[in-house]
Amino acid sequence: MGVNAAPLLALDHGAVRYFRAGARLSKTGGHTALACTQEHQSLTVPEKLRPAAGASRPIVRETTLEAARENGGVRSKEPPVPELWPPDHPFTTHHWAMVVDLNACNGCAACVVACQAENNIPVVGKDEMRRKREMHWMRIDRYYSGSPENPLVAHQPMFCQQCDNAPCETVCPVLATTHSDEGLNQMTYNRCIGTRYCANNCPYKVRHFNWFEYSREDRLANLVLNPDVTVRSRGVMEKCTFCVQRIQDAKIEAKRKGRPVHDGDIRTACQQTCPSKAIVFGDLNDKESEVARLMDNRRRYKVLEEINVKPGVGYLKIVRPEVAGGEEKENG
Amino acid sequence: MADVALRPPLVAGHKRLAEVTEDICRPMERWPGLAWWAAFVVAFSMLMLGVTAVTYEIATGIGTWGLNTTVGWAFGITNFVFWIGIGHAGTLISAILFLFRQRWRTGVNRAAEAMTLFAVMCAGIFPVIHLGRPWFAYWIFPYPNFRGSLWMNYRSPLAWDAFAISTYFIISATFWYVGLIPDLATVRDRANPGLRKKIFTILSFGWDGGYKTWNRYEMVYLLLAGLCTPLVVSVHTIVSWDFATAVIPGWHATIFPPYFVAGAIFSGMAMVLTLMIIARKVMGLEAYINKRHLDVMSKLIITTGSIVGLAYLTEFFTAQYGSNRYEQFVFLNRARGPFAWAYWTMVSCNVLTPQILWIRKIRNSWTLVFIITIFVNIGMWFERFVIIVTSLHRDYLPASWADYRPTSVEIATLIGSFGLFFTLFLLFCRVLPVIAIAEIKGVLKHGVQGEAH
Repeated sequence: MGVNAAPLLALDHGAVRYFRAGARLSKTGGHTALACTQEHQSLTVPEKLRPAAGASRPIVRETTLEAARENGGVRSKEPPVPELWPPDHPFTTHHWAMVVDLNACNGCAACVVACQAENNIPVVGKDEMRRKREMHWMRIDRYYSGSPENPLVAHQPMFCQQCDNAPCETVCPVLATTHSDEGLNQMTYNRCIGTRYCANNCPYKVRHFNWFEYSREDRLANLVLNPDVTVRSRGVMEKCTFCVQRIQDAKIEAKRKGRPVHDGDIRTACQQTCPSKAIVFGDLNDKESEVARLMDNRRRYKVLEEINVKPGVGYLKIVRPEVAGGEEKENG
Repeated sequence: MADVALRPPLVAGHKRLAEVTEDICRPMERWPGLAWWAAFVVAFSMLMLGVTAVTYEIATGIGTWGLNTTVGWAFGITNFVFWIGIGHAGTLISAILFLFRQRWRTGVNRAAEAMTLFAVMCAGIFPVIHLGRPWFAYWIFPYPNFRGSLWMNYRSPLAWDAFAISTYFIISATFWYVGLIPDLATVRDRANPGLRKKIFTILSFGWDGGYKTWNRYEMVYLLLAGLCTPLVVSVHTIVSWDFATAVIPGWHATIFPPYFVAGAIFSGMAMVLTLMIIARKVMGLEAYINKRHLDVMSKLIITTGSIVGLAYLTEFFTAQYGSNRYEQFVFLNRARGPFAWAYWTMVSCNVLTPQILWIRKIRNSWTLVFIITIFVNIGMWFERFVIIVTSLHRDYLPASWADYRPTSVEIATLIGSFGLFFTLFLLFCRVLPVIAIAEIKGVLKHGVQGEAH
């Protein structure tokens, strides 16, 4: 991992040959730390640290088919939670949101790669990876349940939840991260001084920091960059934007044609790439939209809903033939 | 009066007024000895190590520290809170104890205030150098600008930190300087004509020692003491908001303001004692900083140390009682997780060690108290480390859990901050009177039996 494999390729009658014969493996006796992001996302609460209030965390949720089908699959209306803080940011035009179907997600990570290509996310290399400084705006969290011999695996795409009560926004001393009137949690790279307070206060830990100057002057290599997305400099925070450049593009296009933005006009890079169509993006203010419909799905829940950050991303529970310990199960 | 007479005198050894001036001014007027030079070389080398580390860090990027996506703050903010805490004893001694008429404070207040200023300087460096883009640090202040008139975020505790610390520094510096004026005049009057005399003439603002001057001076000093008093409580309260207002389990706690203030006074007292125990020996000030001070300040250490211990227990209790699984986990993780060694270092240094000061014999031993204060200093550094790192490294989603290990750059920066602190303190000992001459004369006869005053 983290090694250039290109020298192993060969050209065979003008075509690249991806295999090679005569390779031998031998022990070098040396040790090296593997640079991989997957390992550090499979942890569960260690046995000796299990708290009395419950070892499981309601991060990945499971349900049965019968439970998911109840009431025609539509969730019952929840009573509104009383709030001390007045709703001071109404979303009058659009309210962008996303729903991820955990049942459809198979953890292929195509979304992660699409996001990286779309948003000019720097490749930070093996060394930085070992320090857990990967810059991917999306990650696939992996959790296990069941017996260790035959575990059930759950994959959970995790990225900025675009919280309506975003904890990152209130703590930034220079207002570099703010809320848009369309429900986006936006980063102003120019204004960021890099206190990293927002990342600390993010319960999902989905903000990524430019620890060094990752971008560099390379005319040829920089041709891969997406011209619609800013390249971030050293010392600033970045995170998922819900592909704001695509949102703006669709809005401008709709305005030019003199019509409202239709559901499906905007497809985020991750949504576009997902082979199992697990990711749906849209406008919650449009009651007919796919995302609004899925938000009313019986399987829909939000991660860490209980701390009232009001995430803009919903997840659909995994459907299992049977869920141990009752109808609903919480993993993590 | 009978009560006062039973206590040991504040100044030992039946000093005369002239002797006091002589004792305190003498170290400033002669060439420093070998011990001073040795200490200065060590402190200055540490400072230079720190300067090198910070230069490298700012030139290369904050990535030279051991931080990662999950642990965004560690050594930098630990050092910041540690130094701010150290800076609390000075104002407590000089302002609150002045208003409560605790006359024993006169022996140590000057040095304690100087220590406060130097500690706040050390603290003030960290929020700047830990930034991703330190050259834009001034954006945290509200200043008129042409960026569509863009202001800072008044909701952010970091913005209030900047206000609290700059206020604290300005007020403490003013208070310290006003207290220095009569003594600067004494130094001026003792100096031979020349550069030294000229400098001290300017610094002493034409002090003439007249009745009216003294009258006004005392009023200004009293008012400034009143102004400083709320700062003792407010600064660390605001610093604690950095954590208390966050949603991270282990940070999100209403107990933080009183807990932090007690901890700050605790660590500050320990640092004052550490420094004064050395200074009295090296500078021959045994008569002025004596057993009486040792006893009183040791008692303050027991008190604040016990409050801190109570806060640790309360945190555990509220976590268990509150039945919040994330909160409960954070505290179990502190005591039994990968940073358990740091947690138990903190508990043993801060809660257990100071308790032996209940024994009068130990409280009266310069060596033992010195050792205990070193333990307290270490423990209080670890307290901040535990609060910051153990809460961050394993929060809500197990998927984002991470480890943290400091790099050599971070360790060098910590050493450098001690270097800055000691360099400044050593310079202070050489150029300014370390004890308030004018004030100590007022308590010369305190507790000395058979002599009216």
